[in-house]
Amino acid sequence: MDQDSISPARAAETPQETPAAQAVPAIDVLNVSKLFGEGQSAVRALDDVSVAIGENAFFTLLGPSGCGKTTLLRLIAGFDHPSAGQILLRGEDISELPPNQRSVNTVFQSYALFPHMTVRQNIGFGPKMLGWDKARIDRTVTDMLALVRMEALADRRTDQISGGQQQRVALARALAPRPKVLLLDEPLSALDYKLRKEMQTELKRLQHETGITFIFVTHDQEEALTMSDRIAVMSAGRILQIGSPREIYLHPRERFVADFIGDTNFLAAEVIEAGGGMARLRLAGGGEAEATVPEGVAATGRVTASVRPEQARLVAPGQGALTGRVAGRVYFGTDTLVTLRLADDSAFTLRVQNSLTDGEPPGEGAEAGIALAPGALQVLRD
Amino acid sequence: MPEAAEPAPEAPAAPRVDAEEMARRAVRRRWLLNLPAILWLILFAAGPLLVVLLYSFLAAGDYGGVRWELSTDGWFAVLMTRDIFDDTLRLQDAHLAIFWRSVKLSVMTTLACLLLGFPTAYFIATRSRANRNLWLFLITIPFWTNLLIRTFAMLEWIRAQGVINSVLTGLGIVDEPVQMLYTDFSIMLGMTYVYFPLMVLPLYASMEKLDFRLVEAAYDLYASRLQVLRGVIVPLVSPGIVAGSILVFIPSLGAYVTPRVLGGGKQMMLGNLIELQFGQGRNWPLGAALSISLLALVMVALIFYVRAAQKGGEGHG
Repeated sequence: MDQDSISPARAAETPQETPAAQAVPAIDVLNVSKLFGEGQSAVRALDDVSVAIGENAFFTLLGPSGCGKTTLLRLIAGFDHPSAGQILLRGEDISELPPNQRSVNTVFQSYALFPHMTVRQNIGFGPKMLGWDKARIDRTVTDMLALVRMEALADRRTDQISGGQQQRVALARALAPRPKVLLLDEPLSALDYKLRKEMQTELKRLQHETGITFIFVTHDQEEALTMSDRIAVMSAGRILQIGSPREIYLHPRERFVADFIGDTNFLAAEVIEAGGGMARLRLAGGGEAEATVPEGVAATGRVTASVRPEQARLVAPGQGALTGRVAGRVYFGTDTLVTLRLADDSAFTLRVQNSLTDGEPPGEGAEAGIALAPGALQVLRD
Repeated sequence: MPEAAEPAPEAPAAPRVDAEEMARRAVRRRWLLNLPAILWLILFAAGPLLVVLLYSFLAAGDYGGVRWELSTDGWFAVLMTRDIFDDTLRLQDAHLAIFWRSVKLSVMTTLACLLLGFPTAYFIATRSRANRNLWLFLITIPFWTNLLIRTFAMLEWIRAQGVINSVLTGLGIVDEPVQMLYTDFSIMLGMTYVYFPLMVLPLYASMEKLDFRLVEAAYDLYASRLQVLRGVIVPLVSPGIVAGSILVFIPSLGAYVTPRVLGGGKQMMLGNLIELQFGQGRNWPLGAALSISLLALVMVALIFYVRAAQKGGEGHG
């Protein structure tokens, strides 16, 4: 599945990935920058971004609003052109081509269905513009209607169907011309929670059935984790980390990534000794612990380390790497969040799974030890 | 008086009676609110129109005005004329030519306004919000000036010793001044200039509402620029095209000042012909009949146009 190959030039950016030189990526973004405006007041929306996106992948661009993910998507779609760098589609430079000359289609956040056409006409629009013959257009539209289960509403106008149905039509319309790459710009953000869950599964299914590369833009980390084969985390116009959901969650390399995805505890620490991707840390909250050091992160002097709340366990005082005093408990049904105050007055949150046999976690004011799962502690690049 | 007294005793009554009374009151209120508009229409629209209709069926007075006796001479003279020597009936060629010129020039003016106004409106609608108002303001500025003055300004541009001809002859591009004044072209040019804002404003109103993401979507789905225009933009702004065309076509058909100034005496349009009958012609019934004919012409044209526009819209959607 490791088709998101990287060229040697970008090895520093994505060190965990093994180069798979044999496959040409579906989309190859090479050192792309995008500036809006001119001169001093220019805004750098993308800053030297490089990423290779493999064939038949569900790839997600994840980041807060304003991080440049939609800008990157618009550059790939052709609505804007890069200020510097290149975008390759299956090895061919498409940076300067207009949108109607690249085999890339977009599902818009607003769906952008043509209000003066029926569902069927909307889906058939792309093939018609490509000049396919009528029989082929009809066959494609019928296939697409079946694919998104909209056969019954084919002759409705687009303002006569619900938001979820409009979403399906937008998908079918973008898939109908058989693009090499499908771009999805936060397509689920307008749907309510239940429908969104449903469409997440639906999108995964469509990606599998069509074999088309999906590039999905979202600010919802949970959506990104559940749907993607690979995720690129973006912030302030740069890609901070690319990896599988598991890699991104368990081994964030930067403080921003660890903070943006899931909940985490940041611990100030000092490196005692380091080597071989590991480091021994003296934690500011008291105690010493082994931590993993991702490649490209310098483990010297003062560092920040992180550990996920569910990767730590409450133990008897004095045992475990850290000791703290319980400052609060929040009951969540399946588990309880316990917040402890450490020796340096910083807070540490644990997720304790509730079970019938273990009884309640210690109450407020009680002293408790914190044991960290092996490999859970991670040194970050600030 | 009953209005004030009713509510209290009726409160405990059966809900059915209540509802009926409420409905009656709603109707009464509606009529009261509509009264000023209805009065206005009767006094200033239907009334004068009926007077004109009545006059068209009366006989012409010797020194203008009408004689109060029933006559169809006015209507007869719209299309026919009686030879003054042998009394044979002929088609009134001059009137037919004027009808034809009016329709032709109005259609051409509408087309010219549409061709110029569409890109203009598109340009304005794609500016930033602050700049749009500036551009709209610039479009409407000529409206502040009297129509006659604007028309004479146009005359100054195109007359034989006018700006354009002076430049052309000065540069040696032409030897003699180009005859632009007192032609169909000059009338069309003048009317296009005068009625241009009436096309741009409704077009702009439609285009401002246009979701330009649809344009991006069509472009993304392999449509060429021309296909985007034909397949997405035009169908979606068609209400503006219809409104603008109507707003330009109707006043063009009845235009008076522009053909008078820029067409000289030679290129008459319906407005001038009607004026002539009420003025020097002293044939008020004919003038009235011509006015009603113009009205009928406009209505027929509108019906056809709106039908065609609707059909076009349905074809797309």
